[in-house]
Amino acid sequence: MQLSRRDPRIAAGILALAAIGILIGGAFLGLGVEAWRNPEGAYAAFDSYLFRVARFTLWQALLSTLLSVAPAILVARALSRHPEFPGRQLILRLFAVPLALPAIVAALGILSLYGRAGYFAGALGGLSGGSWPGIYGLSGILVAHVFFNLPLATRLLLEALQTVPGDQWRLASQLGMGARASFRLIEWPAMRAALPGIAGLVFMLCVTSFTIVLTLGGGPAATTLEVAIYQALRFDFDPARAVSLTLLQIALTAVVVLALMRLGANTAGEANLSVTRRSFISARPVEKSFNAAIILIALAFVGGPMIATVASGLEADLARLAGEASVRRATFTSIVLASLSATLACALSLSLVMARRALAVSRGAGEASLLERFTDTGAGFVLVVPPVVVGAGWFVLVRQSIDVFALAPFMVIAVNAVMAMPFAVRAIRPAHDAAAERHERICAQLGIGGWNRLRLIDWPVLRRPLATAFAFAMALSLGDLGVIALFGSDAVQTLPYLLLSRMGSYRTADAAGLALLLGLLCLALTMIADRLGKERPR
Amino acid sequence: MTTTGEAVRLDRVVFSYADTMVRFDVTFDEGKVTAIMGPSGAGKSTLLNLVAGFEQPREGRILVGGKDVTGSDPSSRPVSMVFQENNLFGHLDVAKNVGLGRSPALRLTAADRSDVDDALARVGLGGMANRLPRELSGGERQRVALARVLVRDRPVLLLDEPFASLGPALRDDMLELLMSVQAERGMTVLFVTHQPEDARKVAENMVFVEAGTISANGKTTDFFGDSGPEAFRRYIGSERG
Repeated sequence: MQLSRRDPRIAAGILALAAIGILIGGAFLGLGVEAWRNPEGAYAAFDSYLFRVARFTLWQALLSTLLSVAPAILVARALSRHPEFPGRQLILRLFAVPLALPAIVAALGILSLYGRAGYFAGALGGLSGGSWPGIYGLSGILVAHVFFNLPLATRLLLEALQTVPGDQWRLASQLGMGARASFRLIEWPAMRAALPGIAGLVFMLCVTSFTIVLTLGGGPAATTLEVAIYQALRFDFDPARAVSLTLLQIALTAVVVLALMRLGANTAGEANLSVTRRSFISARPVEKSFNAAIILIALAFVGGPMIATVASGLEADLARLAGEASVRRATFTSIVLASLSATLACALSLSLVMARRALAVSRGAGEASLLERFTDTGAGFVLVVPPVVVGAGWFVLVRQSIDVFALAPFMVIAVNAVMAMPFAVRAIRPAHDAAAERHERICAQLGIGGWNRLRLIDWPVLRRPLATAFAFAMALSLGDLGVIALFGSDAVQTLPYLLLSRMGSYRTADAAGLALLLGLLCLALTMIADRLGKERPR
Repeated sequence: MTTTGEAVRLDRVVFSYADTMVRFDVTFDEGKVTAIMGPSGAGKSTLLNLVAGFEQPREGRILVGGKDVTGSDPSSRPVSMVFQENNLFGHLDVAKNVGLGRSPALRLTAADRSDVDDALARVGLGGMANRLPRELSGGERQRVALARVLVRDRPVLLLDEPFASLGPALRDDMLELLMSVQAERGMTVLFVTHQPEDARKVAENMVFVEAGTISANGKTTDFFGDSGPEAFRRYIGSERG
């Protein structure tokens, strides 16, 4: 269909792409200028330390993936075979919580459970015969990564299992297939198809994990590229090394993202899951108790840190914390920056979605133009450049001309907005495209375009998906530590930054109280997003 | 309230989409109803889309009332179109849906509002101004679309199987309404339909579209007479026995 060629929707899309381009291009410019200014330094930084860091980055990601995905196969299978398991819905909902929890909150929950002074320190010390050293270094990183990714992988695998048609289950029970046979013939084939994508996604999340490694990793022996970038900039003032680390990180994530695209993985992750009931499985008592044990262990592992977060948070002097000026200021700053960031994320995403649709309509059956492809997948490309990398690039670029820390609010808003885009686009696009399909010709005929179309036609339809995207983007931005860790200062503190500095000065009780506050804020936002996204408008 | 029809001419129009190619060279008489019939995928809707401006011809010109409209925006053409479905915006009430025919920004004067009310009364929907489309039946929704055509007041009306999803009795009602409205306004109507009896009832002229071109063109009575075009007789064959 040929519609107006001067469509403002396309202009909006170009503007959004330009904004993203400037943000990421500026980071690359910073890295390039620094490398050009000091090539020997950047070259010299490719030393054994750097390769050790790179090796550790890959090693911990590989272990985390294995430890998350392999048990998830068992858990997903157990959950799928027992649709009547008591509290199953609740368990699945609980498994969605880590997705919404800021990494620093989870890290604190894990520390208050397995840390040197954690709830389990006594028991663990007794087991290992001596005093418990606490869960730092590789073990801490792995526990945290499994805490995040075991539930994610379980939910995704369960989704794959639910694509098995009900008739196959009926057939299996009619043919008298036991647990082993139905695993081999039905469950495993369904899960195997989804497995590469899921494993790839988890690997990607672990390679770019920053906060967990920063808070739980111990010293140079357990450091990843992202944390090393942060340390090079904030502590060693060694931009040349930061450039080399960043380049290596980009190369690494680019390889992983390309591999993921080959595997057809959904890199934006899945927040919603439909849970249908199905009861054609007859399990023997032995299998039943085995499955129940699996589910309970997973539940304890995932629920433990959450309970610890709440328990240790309540032990803190919450009234005093609430009265502290710095806490109030950080909360205010966090909410303002996260709101602005979410607004920007929604605006950028909506522009891309509208432009893609307009371009697809106007080309008819022809080849998609380069511009259309950018509006289509542009949001996904930001996955190649993690927040810390973008932040590092700008840090290096501007450090000699202006006060880096004055840039903090803008960096937090812009980088987090762009990072939230893949999620926002996924919330907005289906509703937008379905409505546009219905309205396109009638709008063209009646001459409804531009502002009128946005106001009268698109806004009423998109209000809900936009609110979902907004709440999700806000939760994401609220919990982020990556950018603010680089740019934060006494002048501009967000809640995660304040939390990190309280941890750094060993004010553990304060940190626990702040973690509870931050965790609840993000959880509330995610629940709002979920609720808005599920209810059908009318 | 003084629409008069204008002739619609497709002057050696060539249009291609993916693998299909259509060629139209035809004139539709002003103030007349012309039924457009033909097998699915023959290019009937494409013909309407070209006139409405949703598609652009690769070659040739489209003239309405002698004026070249090729390349102009759909909204600036002297044309209204009613589709089989999705004529209405689901979140706007009936009056607003009709009002959009007068102002795409929905800024309506008192005169506009009374025109909207008149149009709704004319199509038999008086008192339904504040309903939402989902509260209406399929036939009522198409009446709203027709009310918007009245408010828009353009000399050419394109109908793309607008009554195809209605039952026989409702369809007859709608055809009655269409005929009386057309008699009042005298607009040129291009009516795509699959139902031979629709064509017989309302159309003075007929064109038969086949494989991307117009294979027959004439009076409806001639089409249904014994000397009607061979291809058309084959197409409706079963009905004639």
